[in-house]
Amino acid sequence: MTITVNDLERTVNSGLATAVIKSEINFNQLFIDISVENLTSTILFLKTNHKCKFKQLIDITAVDYPEKEKRFKVVYLLLSHENNLRIVINADIDENTKVPSITKIFPSANWMEREVFDMYGIFFKEHPDLRRILTDYGFKGYPLRKDFPLTGHTEVRYSEDKKKVISEPVKLNQEYRDFDFDSPWEGTKYIKEDLDKDKNNSK
Amino acid sequence: MNKKNKTINLNFGPQHPAAHGVLRLILELDGEIVEKIDPHIGLLHRGTEKLIEHKTYTQSVPYFDRLDYVAPMNQEHAFALAIERILNIEVPIRAQYIRILFCEIGRILSHLLNITTQALDVGALTPSLWGFEERETLMTFYERASGSRLHANYFRPGGVHKDLPRGLSDDIILFCQNFPKILDDLESLLTDNRIFKQRNVDIGIVTKQEALDHSFSGVMLRGSGVPWDLRKSQPYESYKDFDFKIPIGKNGDCYDRYLCRMEEMRESTKIIIDCIKKMPAGPVKSIDGKITPPKREDLKNSMEALIHHFKLFSEGFRVPAGEIYAAVEAPKGEFGVYLISDGSNKPYKCKIRAPGFSHLQSMDYLLKGHMLADVPAVLGSLDIVFGEIDR
Repeated sequence: MTITVNDLERTVNSGLATAVIKSEINFNQLFIDISVENLTSTILFLKTNHKCKFKQLIDITAVDYPEKEKRFKVVYLLLSHENNLRIVINADIDENTKVPSITKIFPSANWMEREVFDMYGIFFKEHPDLRRILTDYGFKGYPLRKDFPLTGHTEVRYSEDKKKVISEPVKLNQEYRDFDFDSPWEGTKYIKEDLDKDKNNSK
Repeated sequence: MNKKNKTINLNFGPQHPAAHGVLRLILELDGEIVEKIDPHIGLLHRGTEKLIEHKTYTQSVPYFDRLDYVAPMNQEHAFALAIERILNIEVPIRAQYIRILFCEIGRILSHLLNITTQALDVGALTPSLWGFEERETLMTFYERASGSRLHANYFRPGGVHKDLPRGLSDDIILFCQNFPKILDDLESLLTDNRIFKQRNVDIGIVTKQEALDHSFSGVMLRGSGVPWDLRKSQPYESYKDFDFKIPIGKNGDCYDRYLCRMEEMRESTKIIIDCIKKMPAGPVKSIDGKITPPKREDLKNSMEALIHHFKLFSEGFRVPAGEIYAAVEAPKGEFGVYLISDGSNKPYKCKIRAPGFSHLQSMDYLLKGHMLADVPAVLGSLDIVFGEIDR
């Protein structure tokens, strides 16, 4: 028997009780917020519960919000074939928190966690093989963090003298041009904020 | 002598014709038996996700062509769907049909390349020569609609870039009528071929449970007998209007996956013919002028159209804040885009879920205990394209 996304929300909320901080349904997908301590138990519950049946891990990723105290949000996307439903699990962490690895529950989490580590520098506890995956051998820094420049720090070229590929700091002939497009055109936010300010002042 | 001293390490790639791109495999071999495989990827990493965060939504579309460059438009589709769902705009029926038409052409493009190169990896040269001729024809269809053979930039948020040129539908129908014959020819070379079967049957077997645990999707999942296709189970666009079958395998080996792909091409051909026959007339992009650019001729007469055009291609449109995961059934499996918008004209975060990533990951467990010669056969049947894995 398949269940709807609303049933799922109820099941998850009752099954996990206090572990779920917030749950909402957007675009027919369930989004839940949990704390990182409950991560393994939540995912194990979703996988093994006879109503949820989230048998497949779709992806793991992270989002960087540098201005927040808990800087990163790790995101787990799961899919249930039987119920034809998707769930998105969010957990906020700060820079030094180590996230428990879920490779024991889903073997495919291995590379996905490696990618998150590579791109954001988030560490995973008890991961069997936490190496960089996409970036070059000997790469420094975490490219998808918002404070990492788009151009990167180093560039490589073939050196005729040394007869090998060498890496040196990036030299730009022209500064990177990041245009500020915040115009009033359709910029309801921009206008609205000003209007709100005016209103508040007049009050 | 103990066993540990007997293993040798072998580098496969990064430059190897059977590696389907830039893959470096570090194989640990005991004689000819594979003990361990450690794939090193990322040699084609271009930082797509980082670049997308710095571009407007319109400027981000071409990056999706460069992921799985074998079937470019299927990737754009996922991105367009994600944006349209957050914006909550309607795509006209004609645009949806054109998208389906080109998605299925993309599926044939990808499967043709995969099957023929898989045959090439196990020693058959002719299929690739025959298959690539058809690919070339299909790519001219891409070119006639979008202006380029590969990097189409055709599926824009809100619809497609422009309508089909005159005569294209007839030519596609003509192609589709001849294509099953070519598939028969290809099959006559491969399906009962003794060498092809010896190299593929019972090689790289994936059970149902393993396919789920290793996040397989697409043919890799269906080859193991799981009836799951996003076009059927979570129909996006107008896929529910079409009647097509989902071929599934029985044994989950390389040979079954080959058969599935063959059959999928035949189904795609039917969808294409059906799609052209049913295609209604009408607009090909959303009528919302704040999302889609105005017509070319309006630019000459209307000041407002000119302003819209300029602003859409410089500032771009704004997408309301929100989070969404949108997935499509790309030829290789579930291709998804996890998009976070903060209300500005650029995506705050865009994670690309490439099917090949999890497929390649399973190399180690798929090939443990197999012979060295099976490595290219399994790699071929995984349908690996490095554009999407390395991103």
